[in-house]
Amino acid sequence: MKFWSLIWANLTRKKVRLLLTLGSFAVALFLFAFLAVVRDAFNRGGGVAAANRLVVINRVSIIQTIPLSYRDKIRNIPGVENVTHDNWFGAIYQDEKNFFPQFVIDPDSQRQVYSELVVPDDQWNNFLKDRTGAIAGASTVKRFGWKIGDRIPLKTTIYGGGAWEFNLDGVYHGTRPGDDETQLWFQWDYFEERVPDRFKGQVGWYTVKLNTPDDAVRVAKAIDADFANSPYETKTDTESAWAAGWVKQFGNIEFLILSIGSVVFFTLLLVTGNTMAISVRERTGELAILKAIGFKNGSVLFFVLAEALTIALIGGLVGLVLALLAVPLVGQAMSGMLPPMVLSKPMLAEAMGFALLVGACSGLLPGLGAMRLRVVDALRRI
Amino acid sequence: MVSVNADGNSKALIQVRGLNKTYRRGGEPIQVLQGLNLDVDQGDFVAFMGPSGSGKTTLLNLLGGLDVPTAGSVSVGGDEITHMSSGRLTEWRARHVGFVFQIYNLVPVLTASQNVELPLLLTRLSRSERKQHVESALAIVGLQGRAEHFPRQLSGGQEQRVAIARAIVSDPTFLLCDEPTGDLDRKSADEIMALVEELVSKHNKTVLMVTHDPLVAARAHTVLHLEKGALVEAGKSPHSAAAGGAA
Ligand SMILES: Nc1ncnc2c1ncn2[C@@H]1O[C@H](COP(=O)(O)OP(=O)(O)OP(=O)(O)O)[C@@H](O)[C@H]1O
Ligand SMILES: [Mg+2]
Repeated sequence: MKFWSLIWANLTRKKVRLLLTLGSFAVALFLFAFLAVVRDAFNRGGGVAAANRLVVINRVSIIQTIPLSYRDKIRNIPGVENVTHDNWFGAIYQDEKNFFPQFVIDPDSQRQVYSELVVPDDQWNNFLKDRTGAIAGASTVKRFGWKIGDRIPLKTTIYGGGAWEFNLDGVYHGTRPGDDETQLWFQWDYFEERVPDRFKGQVGWYTVKLNTPDDAVRVAKAIDADFANSPYETKTDTESAWAAGWVKQFGNIEFLILSIGSVVFFTLLLVTGNTMAISVRERTGELAILKAIGFKNGSVLFFVLAEALTIALIGGLVGLVLALLAVPLVGQAMSGMLPPMVLSKPMLAEAMGFALLVGACSGLLPGLGAMRLRVVDALRRI
Repeated sequence: MVSVNADGNSKALIQVRGLNKTYRRGGEPIQVLQGLNLDVDQGDFVAFMGPSGSGKTTLLNLLGGLDVPTAGSVSVGGDEITHMSSGRLTEWRARHVGFVFQIYNLVPVLTASQNVELPLLLTRLSRSERKQHVESALAIVGLQGRAEHFPRQLSGGQEQRVAIARAIVSDPTFLLCDEPTGDLDRKSADEIMALVEELVSKHNKTVLMVTHDPLVAARAHTVLHLEKGALVEAGKSPHSAAAGGAA
């Protein structure tokens, strides 16, 4: 583009100012990307929840259990492809701050229902043969430097107390970005055998895999209807609705993040808008000359906007690259405490859109001013 | 031929008839130009003189399509510019007018050659054609060796020469210079005027120039004075104008 040298020359006319403005964009975009990641992590359930899965919990609360005997009844409801069950184990590994979720799983159906979490077949077969075996997610394995074959002691305060030891037989990986790789699984049979009588035959929740997502509402109603008026009434929801409910426990994260985001937006807008205004005012005379020479009002507006957008683009890119580098590090540090953090392409695009929007807004007022500038007045104002 | 009596031949390049410009300041009208007439032929070199505030810049702005008159008409090469929309007027300026102002001429962040290239960015010329035009314009003003210099690396006289190169690079119909030597010392002013004279004599340019300096005005073919909002001829001989100024 033949006007580029003019735009670029104007951009770089005050190096320090340019760097500071780029810095504002970089910092803001870094922050913006982080907010998006955190928000996404909390909403994750919704995002990675499979549309063809239902979660069945005790009507009273997730803490209350439901009988194992429901499994076959649920499986027989038309539209259900498979069903698996989990219990929350909630034990401590070495220290309380080493938190990660542990689930008692049903090896017979786990891999069919959670097909996105994959375990190599040889590892899985070892696990099936090993009564006290465990499978852990890749990120937890990495976090504690575990190797296959390690003994993992977990102390529980719930199920009669005491120390439970597991052999790490395998590692699972999520196949989609954002899949939770922090869990540890062990076998239902072993759990059932060791827990006190009052826990036997009771599962925490069922996860139902449907033949088709279109059936979700009908099947959910059918399940709850089946167990209505029993001592253990159920509440069945899609996985995403259930995840959304889970997030609400953390308070109004969404509102918090939107508030911080708006503050970032307006601060950046004021800073860059002011900078653009000053930088345009400084060259009133030059703009007047350009117009005298024959540059149209639209071109002058275009120059100012292009300048603002270029700053936004470059500063934004810098911020996003930094965020891309930082998110995995922070994600690791927070692993277990927060759902996994992922900076996805749509988030990057959204952040870039945000930067360009701020850029355009900050360039618009000074640009319109430059556009309305009358040559004769500008050259007289000496 | 230059005439101020509305009697120039109909083939004059620039024809100004009954030009009025009234400013308003605080509700009070200030009549700056009143029924001004002017005919300028192709290849003429005219100097406008007059006391500060007499309306010289105002006149130049109207001739260059930077402002619109309160009444009257300006036509250049048959184009009546006073009724053009601002967009058309901008296009017209790009094609027909080369401006040289007293100050604020150059974009400080662009090199001499980039400054000269600016008007060509508005044309369809290719990059290499633009480069050629810029080089020959800089050669005319004697600054071939300074193409990559920034304005701050040039003397005041050299800056004005770059401005002149920019004014002529797109070969406009006429040049308007508002006190082009106003900020220069005698020697630089003389050099600039020698250059302008050469543009007129060798390159057959039409130049209309405002100046306070009688020695500068003396270089012109015709010196016109702005008095009470109209032009009066001061004398066609460079000697009489120079003598009048020195007296
Ligand atoms: N935009 C404007 N609004 C009001 N008055 C104006 C405006 N522009 C010019 N004037 C007035 O018009 C008159 C002529 O101004 P102009 O700049 O044309 O004079 P000039 O002959 O160029 O003076 P100088 O020699 O000082 O440059 C002055 O009295 C000036 O104050
Ligand atoms: Mg003036």
